[in-house]
Amino acid sequence: MSVITVEHVRKSFSTLEVLRDISFSLESGEVLSIIGPSGSGKSTLLRCITNLETIDSGLIAVGGDTLVSTDDDGKTLYADKETISRIRLRVGLVFQNFNLFPHFSVLKNITEAQVHVLHTPKDDAAEQAHALLSKMGLSDKAKAYPYQLSGGQQQRVSIARALALRPQVLCFDEPTSALDPELTGEILAVIKELASEHMTMMVVTHEMAFARDISNRVIFMDEGLIVEQGAPDEVFSNTQNERTKRFLSRFGT
Amino acid sequence: MQKLLMLMLGGTLTSLRIFFLTLLFALPLGLLVAKGRMSKHRIISSVVNGYIMVMRGTPLILQLIFVYFAPYYVLGASSDRFTAVIIAYAINYAAYFAEIYRGGIQSIPQGQLEAASVLGFSKVHTFSHIVMPQVVKRIMPAMGNEVITLVKDTALAQTIGVAELFRVAQNAAAREFSTMPIFIAGVFYFVMNAVVSKSFDFIERKLDYYR
Repeated sequence: MSVITVEHVRKSFSTLEVLRDISFSLESGEVLSIIGPSGSGKSTLLRCITNLETIDSGLIAVGGDTLVSTDDDGKTLYADKETISRIRLRVGLVFQNFNLFPHFSVLKNITEAQVHVLHTPKDDAAEQAHALLSKMGLSDKAKAYPYQLSGGQQQRVSIARALALRPQVLCFDEPTSALDPELTGEILAVIKELASEHMTMMVVTHEMAFARDISNRVIFMDEGLIVEQGAPDEVFSNTQNERTKRFLSRFGT
Repeated sequence: MQKLLMLMLGGTLTSLRIFFLTLLFALPLGLLVAKGRMSKHRIISSVVNGYIMVMRGTPLILQLIFVYFAPYYVLGASSDRFTAVIIAYAINYAAYFAEIYRGGIQSIPQGQLEAASVLGFSKVHTFSHIVMPQVVKRIMPAMGNEVITLVKDTALAQTIGVAELFRVAQNAAAREFSTMPIFIAGVFYFVMNAVVSKSFDFIERKLDYYR
């Protein structure tokens, strides 16, 4: 079953077309990597799926509910408020810059949404948060504040925060781009572990070796188009498209 | 001397009442004004902007006189002097507070609002639990300035005949042919502002648990 369906999505920022007819679907348990040069629309695509940006036309559906669609008259309509909030909880997003709440402790960063959005009792939420923290190797950091953590630790907290809502899909928007190479590894390890647990994930990344390693499928985007997609071995070793070849040759994969 | 001090304490009490009542009304009103100033509706934001322009662009003493006398010419009756002072001060200070709030609100990184949105927080929850607590911390130094100015601005209330500390001191000075009461008043203002400064230091230390 498709968790995410994207059909003919178009999006422009004034005169610049960032997404030009994007279609793909994400199956349950699948790990999808989206690669491509800067400005190719990868991040915008994630932001449209998580409803941080609106699309101009096309269809996005998550977990069987339509977030937005264009009807036969060419009118693009978004779902009503309740549907949108329901869909929102199905998709988690991990940001490049973590975006933790600096005035909340690590624990509260994780439990706040559970308590106030899902209305989970405080104790249960805290218990789940502690379990997630120990999974992230941060058991001793529950009481710390974000500024006291390294970038890698902050990113792990933000992954825990997203997981706490038990999303059907977890999206990563260049999760290691704000980290120095030493810290990149610890985030990639966490994502890899989630992949081994068959968490459905969509990862926008510049880490080619990593994308090849963890994904079931890779999408290569350029100038708002999906240029090539397929199993990682096909895309990386048996590259069909010239543009993809040129891009990948720079990474020596 | 003792009688003079008692009189001045009475004046101080009036000054403090002006001070606290102004804060009580201007602090929440300022937030409302800031929200209006940032409104996406162009009409609301320009009306509110005009209000801020007038409040910051004309002397408080003039606004005080206007608030006290304008109702007399329009309705034929004036409100009580003290009420006029509180109204004038509240709407004046709300304008300054509004701009301080706005600066604080706009300094919160967009990414945090996006995180709140993705986590499913309502707009109200995001504002009250994510944005405002951080705004309070960020605006403390600017607020300290403004609140200290308010302590000294209470002296303007005498313009429409409210006997606050400075008026009491001036009366005493005239009665006794001595400038001494004026300088004593100065010490009173200084002590009040020392308390204000220390309170702000205290709050800033309390909020120092995160960066």
